[in-house]
Amino acid sequence: MKQVNRKKNTRPNKTFNSELKRRFDMWLLQHAQAFIFSLGQYIKHPISNILTTAVIGISLALPASFYLLLDNVRYASSSWDGSVQITLFLQTDVDESHAAEFANILSSDSNIRETVLIKRDDALAEYQKLSGFSEALNTLDENPLPNVVLVKPSLDSTDEAETEALIKQLEAMPEVDSAQYDSRWLKRLLYLLDIVNRLIVILSTLLAIAVLLIIGNTIRLSIHNRRSEIEITKLFGGTDSFIQRPFLYSGLWYGVFGGIIAWLLITISMQMLHGPVKQLANLYASNFQLIGLGFGNSVILLASGIALGLFGSWIAVKRHLRAIEPV
Amino acid sequence: MIRFTNVHMNYPGGNEALRNINLHIEQGAMVYITGRSGAGKSTLLRLIALIDRHSRGQIIINGQNLERVRKRRIPIFRRHIGFMFQDHRLLNDRTVFDNVALPLVIAGYRHQEIRKRVQAALDKVSLLTKVNSYPRALSGGEQQRVGVARAVVHRPAILLADEPTGNLDPALSWDTMKLFEQFNQVGVTVLIASHDLDMIKRMSKRIITLKTGRILTHSGTPTEA
Repeated sequence: MKQVNRKKNTRPNKTFNSELKRRFDMWLLQHAQAFIFSLGQYIKHPISNILTTAVIGISLALPASFYLLLDNVRYASSSWDGSVQITLFLQTDVDESHAAEFANILSSDSNIRETVLIKRDDALAEYQKLSGFSEALNTLDENPLPNVVLVKPSLDSTDEAETEALIKQLEAMPEVDSAQYDSRWLKRLLYLLDIVNRLIVILSTLLAIAVLLIIGNTIRLSIHNRRSEIEITKLFGGTDSFIQRPFLYSGLWYGVFGGIIAWLLITISMQMLHGPVKQLANLYASNFQLIGLGFGNSVILLASGIALGLFGSWIAVKRHLRAIEPV
Repeated sequence: MIRFTNVHMNYPGGNEALRNINLHIEQGAMVYITGRSGAGKSTLLRLIALIDRHSRGQIIINGQNLERVRKRRIPIFRRHIGFMFQDHRLLNDRTVFDNVALPLVIAGYRHQEIRKRVQAALDKVSLLTKVNSYPRALSGGEQQRVGVARAVVHRPAILLADEPTGNLDPALSWDTMKLFEQFNQVGVTVLIASHDLDMIKRMSKRIITLKTGRILTHSGTPTEA
């Protein structure tokens, strides 16, 4: 009854539109059929599909977990400034006002971006608080600590030679007792992280190619296995896009399930590491905590799985499906 | 409906399968094509279905010049044709229902419509009880009838059958032919390639005999039948 009414309403004005709608409905219907059919095919052959998906999942989980590791190291080291910092220990006879003046003069140097004065009394107070030696320190008659000026050069922090020259120049000043430049190891760490980052990019690319090949090959095999079905479908007027659709959706499913497996692997690993890392951080009086994948990265992981799945199957379909003609 | 004018067909490698074929088959006709193996029966059907392209001459099917049908349009063209094969070519991992439904699924019919038509087609070949069986569980004759149902479920204008009775005993072959006759009576143009001469003669329809790619005899016409 409803259908009759609808037809009556649409037919007089826009037959073209209703034809368009019919085609769109058909297109949607065929997509839904391919979507469900390919899932059905997936479930029909559980063992081989689960194995394939597990390989895809592990291939996705490896680079993702390396990135996560890198993220965590970066996060842990983020409290240290990436730029170089020079610590100037002033002579003990330089008093606070002189030290402040000295710091001021330094900061006007074009090679120096910023100076921070740590007054000797403040330094002592902080040391007392943090070290736990407050009792012992109270027995001292005099503050043994000098005034300290922290210098952040405006130089390019990666240029060793310029930094060295600046340190020499600062050390030569009469107010300065000694200059310390101990962030070299931090720079080494940053360089190391940079190398690791590159390695991860290379590794991810290789593993992405591996996933493409795995999915491509799996789809190729399934095209081969369903050759007679493809021939019959072509004979009864199935278009290329109709025939390739279920295979593309199979690729999608491999990507989706592979992504989910990768996510599970990483999440479980993070859970297992969480406790030990926290205990270690406690020993260093740090409240550092492992960063998990989070929502955004999970979406990226799943999306990469889907993209690789679709792309891999697309390659296989383009290469192998066209070649099959009815005989 | 089907008109061949001076049609030649050379397979790659120079093998001449059809030579100078001229024939006209009216809409609603039922025609047998006979001849020995390799005489060109299958090739004739393959040209009609655009599985192969002819080398020279002109073929017009249902008002369409086949030379003008582009590769992209072949699927749409084939939806007006139903196919039957000697080896059935059923999909063994699908039920009888899904096998018969294939042409309708391809053409994008809605589920209710598919169910209705598949049931009607299976009813026609008396296999309604086997709707959920798999082809392997059926006898040869039953599989053949599933093939018939699949060939007509989308109500094609032309039914092409390549040795449809090759593997069947005479009684079953006769039943299959009678089935084709019923479809023919509701307006489907039927072309059957077969070398079962005894049976063909009993059907008293038009017979085209091929020999090494040429039309040897052309006996009977639709009006005589």
